[in-house]
Amino acid sequence: MNESVLFFFEVLVGGLLSGTMYSLVALGFVLIYKASSTFNFAQGAMVFFAVLSFCGFMEYGMPFGVAFFAVVLLMILVGLLTERLVLRPLMNQSEDTVLMATIGLGFVLEGLAQAKWGVEVRKLSLGIGDFPIPWIADNLKLFISALDLTAGLVAFVMIALLTLLFKYTKIGLGLRAVADDPGAASSIGIPLKHIMLLVWSAAGVVALVAGMMWGARAGVQFALIELALKALPVLIIGGFSSIPGAIVGGLLVGAVEKVLEVYIGPYFKGGIEAWAPYMLSILFLLYRPEGLFGEKIIRRV
Amino acid sequence: MVKKYIKKVTSALSAAVFFTTIILPGNLFAQSKETQYFSVPSSRVGPYSAMGTGYYGAQIDYMNYVNATGGVNGVMLTWQECETEYNAAKTVECYQRLMTKDGQKMVVFDTLGTPGAYAVINRMAEDKVVLAQYGYGRTDAADGTVWPWVFNAASSYWSQIAVKLRWMAELEGGGPEKLKGKKIVHLHIDTPYGREPLPTMRRLAKEWGFILVEIAIAPPGLEQQSQWLQIRQEKPDWVTFWGAGSGMNSTAMTNAARVNFPRTKMMYVTFGGAEEDMIPAGESANGTYVVSNALPGKNYPLIKNIQEKVYKAGKGNMADPNRVGTAYYNRGLGASIMWVEALRNAQKMHNKVGKAVNSEEFRAGYEAINMTDARMKELGIGGMLAPFALSCSQHEGAGKFALMQWDGKAQAFKKIKDWTGPNDPVAIRAQIVESAAKYAEENKITPKKCS
Repeated sequence: MNESVLFFFEVLVGGLLSGTMYSLVALGFVLIYKASSTFNFAQGAMVFFAVLSFCGFMEYGMPFGVAFFAVVLLMILVGLLTERLVLRPLMNQSEDTVLMATIGLGFVLEGLAQAKWGVEVRKLSLGIGDFPIPWIADNLKLFISALDLTAGLVAFVMIALLTLLFKYTKIGLGLRAVADDPGAASSIGIPLKHIMLLVWSAAGVVALVAGMMWGARAGVQFALIELALKALPVLIIGGFSSIPGAIVGGLLVGAVEKVLEVYIGPYFKGGIEAWAPYMLSILFLLYRPEGLFGEKIIRRV
Repeated sequence: MVKKYIKKVTSALSAAVFFTTIILPGNLFAQSKETQYFSVPSSRVGPYSAMGTGYYGAQIDYMNYVNATGGVNGVMLTWQECETEYNAAKTVECYQRLMTKDGQKMVVFDTLGTPGAYAVINRMAEDKVVLAQYGYGRTDAADGTVWPWVFNAASSYWSQIAVKLRWMAELEGGGPEKLKGKKIVHLHIDTPYGREPLPTMRRLAKEWGFILVEIAIAPPGLEQQSQWLQIRQEKPDWVTFWGAGSGMNSTAMTNAARVNFPRTKMMYVTFGGAEEDMIPAGESANGTYVVSNALPGKNYPLIKNIQEKVYKAGKGNMADPNRVGTAYYNRGLGASIMWVEALRNAQKMHNKVGKAVNSEEFRAGYEAINMTDARMKELGIGGMLAPFALSCSQHEGAGKFALMQWDGKAQAFKKIKDWTGPNDPVAIRAQIVESAAKYAEENKITPKKCS
């Protein structure tokens, strides 16, 4: 194959694979949005908090599995406290109020994590190599690492699980009811507290998994919080309340930003992937505000 | 009930009066003791925190050490911290907030960041505050005639890039001619800091005949995949890396490993060349070259004294005392040693030994710094810095750097080359003077006459 075509494919595949990492982060946002129609600004901080705690527990000498389980429990506790201390007092308040509360929650989690575990960048080794797999490099001339493939696989499994949960269980049905109209849902006996706790805990676990993937690639560090905000264009493109939307949006953002960076970037002296996804999302806001998979909400006066 | 309450309040008040009278003489005594106030605009949280905690932690440790050993001719150092998060807007806010403390004005400001330095640099002359850019910031400030209040001591980025290129040529086995026809990628963060060395690099590319490819990374720089794919396609002979924040710095090495680019062909900027930048990259960091303007190490007598007098007394500022003596720590030490030297000079020059000085006197003292090998030995940092002297026009210092290489097995740096200046320091100086003159003209500044 022609070398420049091959290079294009390499950039594209690389972009799609890093897009799956965005999707993982975006999934956490979708979960919360489904339950409370709020963009959870604390999700980035939750990613940081979860994976930093995971590293911290490992440093205490816990084996991998135990540390993972401990962080899952910790994130459930965070979910529980969030429901009790933040969401319940704000019940029946406007969505904007809850949005502001998530910003505050983000600061608390960021601060707690750094106060407890320190500010240094940590190396997280999952035992999965992040260098080109020789067989693929030799035969397909593409540089793809085992970590890329694992991230893709993990994203796929998480999506499958969450889709099953939402589509085919009573909890999922209840959740959709709550998202639609919390007042009506609780009046017919859907336990709002339990649903909220479940959703926040699930978002915490998703945050941990996303953080572990990113942490293994780039080190466990504060900048993960900023990275997590890339989920915003992903969600605008994919639709805020759609799990498949998070996946397609993530892939699209990953592919588009990498291709633009390589081919258009040099004309702008580079570094355009910081804003290219937002430009794309503005186009979506103009022409398809509900995103690719979002529900078109019609409000009648 | 009310009576009881009033009784309580009166007894509390009288107790307060009693205690104040007893404590007051001590207070008066404390106030009569001379103090000198320093500002600490630290960056302890956020992506750049590893750098900020080390650098500013060292400054506070050194001030504590100076106070523990009797102050500067009896003048005790005081300070106040403000968190900038390495953010230019917050740096301006901190600049205003830190301006005075207990009626004393700050004499020096140290942003530890080029974006922050650019945000305040135009106020220094008006506010009469020294901007001590310790190996960072606006390069043409090295011309003291245009920038009397700004310093670029511990050497500018233009000198640094010229020295880096000199070493690349030397590692290729000769002088500048060895870089002819070679391809060098300048991989940098997309901020004023990342672009600062470009004027000198572009000039040398023309003069030496190498091909310069500029590739930018959007901050915070965790994603460098497309940049490294570009590098793989360009197949450069060398990469000069100009990153900020341990996350970005370590990510560059892991990404280089992903595309099989040899680490022994990468040369890191001073603000990527620290233990905190290397360790997170694990094995991928092995062999990376980094530039230093203040050598790391725990064996300097001053470090031992700080451990003894500050840390054993429980006053150490580093949360992890093992970080004392690392690259960022020793750089902060170098910066604060200059403050204290300037203060000492200022006291002597203005007949104020044992007294606080004002910012104009401090500025004159800063300009009079002469850091000889002998003086560094006295201070307990022999060999840690390149010897240098500042003057009315010369605000850069040595213009020299040392080259280190990361040894992954030992988890430490190895010094490869000792203090080295650019091949042609005269040309660098000419470029600085030219750029400063242009700035002076644009801003209608009359350059100061230096006799």
